[in-house]
Amino acid sequence: MNQQELRDIEYRCIEEEQPTCQAACPISVDVRAFMGKMAAGDVAGARKILDRTMPLPGVLGRICDHPCELACIRQNAGGALAVGDLERSCVMASPSGGKPMLMPSKGKTVAALGGDMSSLTLAWDLAKKGFAVTLYVAGDKPGGKLNDISPDVLPPEALAEGIDMLGRMGVAIKTGQTVDAALLDTLAAACDAVYVECAGRDLCGLSRADVDAVTLQGPKPNIFCGGWPQPDGSRSIISLVAEGRRAAMTIDRLTAGASLTTSREKEGVTKTRIFTSLKDVPAVPRTEPADHLAGFAPDAAKAEAARCLQCDCMECVKVCEFLKHYKGYPKLYARQIYNNLSIVLGNHYLNRMIDSCTLCGLCTEVCPEDFSMAQLCLDSRRDMVTRGKMPPSAHEFALEDMAFSNGPDFALMRDEPGKDSCTHLFFPGCQLGGEPDSRIPEAYAFLRRKLAGGVALSLGCCGAPALWAGRQALFEEVVAAFKTQWEARGKPRLITACASCLAVFRQAAPDIPAVSLWQVMNEETGLPEAAGCVPAAPVAVHDSCTSRHDAQTQAAVRAILKKRGVPFEELPLSGRYTECCGFGGLVGNAHPELAKAITTRRAAASDRDFLATCAMCRDRLAHVGKRAYHLLDLLFPGKDGADAAARPDPGFSMRHETRARLRRELLATVWNEQVDAKAPAGPDFVVSPEVRAVMEARHILDDDVKRTLAHAEGTGRKFLDRETGHFLASFTPHRVTYWVEYVMEGGTARVFTAYSHRMTVVGVGK
Amino acid sequence: MAESLVYLPQSGDWICCSCGDPLEPRDASVTYLEGGFTIQVLTCPRCNMALLPEYVAMGKMLEVEQLLEDK
Repeated sequence: MNQQELRDIEYRCIEEEQPTCQAACPISVDVRAFMGKMAAGDVAGARKILDRTMPLPGVLGRICDHPCELACIRQNAGGALAVGDLERSCVMASPSGGKPMLMPSKGKTVAALGGDMSSLTLAWDLAKKGFAVTLYVAGDKPGGKLNDISPDVLPPEALAEGIDMLGRMGVAIKTGQTVDAALLDTLAAACDAVYVECAGRDLCGLSRADVDAVTLQGPKPNIFCGGWPQPDGSRSIISLVAEGRRAAMTIDRLTAGASLTTSREKEGVTKTRIFTSLKDVPAVPRTEPADHLAGFAPDAAKAEAARCLQCDCMECVKVCEFLKHYKGYPKLYARQIYNNLSIVLGNHYLNRMIDSCTLCGLCTEVCPEDFSMAQLCLDSRRDMVTRGKMPPSAHEFALEDMAFSNGPDFALMRDEPGKDSCTHLFFPGCQLGGEPDSRIPEAYAFLRRKLAGGVALSLGCCGAPALWAGRQALFEEVVAAFKTQWEARGKPRLITACASCLAVFRQAAPDIPAVSLWQVMNEETGLPEAAGCVPAAPVAVHDSCTSRHDAQTQAAVRAILKKRGVPFEELPLSGRYTECCGFGGLVGNAHPELAKAITTRRAAASDRDFLATCAMCRDRLAHVGKRAYHLLDLLFPGKDGADAAARPDPGFSMRHETRARLRRELLATVWNEQVDAKAPAGPDFVVSPEVRAVMEARHILDDDVKRTLAHAEGTGRKFLDRETGHFLASFTPHRVTYWVEYVMEGGTARVFTAYSHRMTVVGVGK
Repeated sequence: MAESLVYLPQSGDWICCSCGDPLEPRDASVTYLEGGFTIQVLTCPRCNMALLPEYVAMGKMLEVEQLLEDK
């Protein structure tokens, strides 16, 4: 990712876009923050926010014509916030702030002809920037038409206080001046810049046409004009303020020798792309003070301000445990990830975060701008792999699992017995293959019976773990190897029982025609006669995140349930908006706790038993104690008639064993080939459920324990605790060193604990 | 040089099965990726087999592993 790519990615996230009220404010008052303080009853804090952007806040806060209200998102849920009344109430209830911070003198002089709001604003802004400003006013006091406002609206003391503050900021005020073209010429020659406030009068012979709309620069380079009435002749206080501010900005740039025009689109009223959902936002009616002049009573002000939606987007964060977990939002994450990838020395603190996205794509579906956290994280993983910066522990276990599934113990590709080539190829997937009661043999027999042209079988892994781990070369290798075998079988149509496999093949090998088992059953074969288990109550359909864009498969699942007479309900997030079960992206490897939180959140979406169409989704849900069926459980009878929704997550070791057994069973029953089970890696062992759970969490397989036991018992290299009689032994079959504490009971070990580490310690393992 | 940290088992009276000798705390060098340091663990004085307790492997050592992986 280079800087430009980062900016393109960042741009898509609109979380930092201004709220509509602030964008509609010609001087960008942070109305949202102001409302936050007011809602909390922190009037002084709210006043500070006004003071940050407003010139003469005691004046402007009382009389602003609040165009922000027209832009308020709340207007469709009870009415726009009463911003004007709340600002007025705030400045009436809070003492004026102290003197603004002034920058050191710039040694530049500015004259402002006129003393109305735009001139006062210009003087306020330039005095803060260290300019020597003199106001030239015709009457006996500054303020112009501000003096004509009803004292109930703008008390003369409030205006006087603002003007007094200008004086304390060093602004000189000359009253009784003859403001005309002669004075303008004199001042233009004497000062660095002159501002002419054309408030309805044309004292200096200047018209709007003489002035540049962006810079307000007039007929001479150091003459600036503003303060006109609105085109319809009306007077907008905030527009006057905006023009005074714009002219001040130009004068500052002029005297600094900077461009007068560059990057000025962020001044004044701006466009914003912010999106704030009104979904689930109850309408609350706008309240106004009984007496607008007196302003809101304190509690009423709090209540009205509390209607503020505190507009932000966060659509993706609302639906994603991962995005929520890291306490930011995609724009921030993109910047942090970029920094993480860019640093040469020091800690890559975000590696784990990058490896914790499920890559499920829900963020993109809910994002008004299609931001893809999945793409960002996947690209980053690939980058880390390429540069050798991927933590070895992040995905190794999953990749070894993939290697097992594509190795001799599970991988199998056969034509239907008696056929030289087949029209169809059933690919049940490695996770379903690891289910002790998967119903794969039944499903395969059913497809052979129902489909003409022969149905080949392929056992193995589609390569999703390599894809998710960012191991692109390895992934392509797996897909290419599969493709070679597929071609050798005569390019049959692929029928998958796993949404991830289907998505992987469709994306990585689009020339392989692929369809879900569910669609085939719904549209071609019909359903098997012998039904499986019948849920006692309606089930909640959990769509796999990898089937998010596969509406046909989703529809087929529902059609099958209807045909089977199984009542079902939709989860709040389903179909295109479905949530990941917590397996996607290998988050369980990189961040097990977060993966569990993701699964728990999904499981909590309904009290109903879930109906999954992916074995891994079902097992993940079962892992957190959620009752869940696999669709095949409802279509074919199980081996033992047990409650299918209650069966536990088989765990990693059991999956390996089950896959190997499934392969042997299919070879024996379908192709009449007997294959001996592989010799055990070491002595059998028994273990308590607690230690079993610890092994699972630590990714320690039964074979790792058995190999360690075999090594210790074979070589005698082990420790003995003379107090308990326990042995302790270590073994390093590959990169990880395993430790097992045990006793031998006959030929069987009783294991008390198992642990592992990746560091090499002299005198340990091997 | 700073003294290496000592990580002994939290319980037990451990001996080396092959050699039959009681164990002694000794320096053991620990390496991973591009990092390395020395700790003291119970070691068989004869065959140098070292005992790394569970609380070390799953605690401090895991933390350091992850730190080094993020370097």
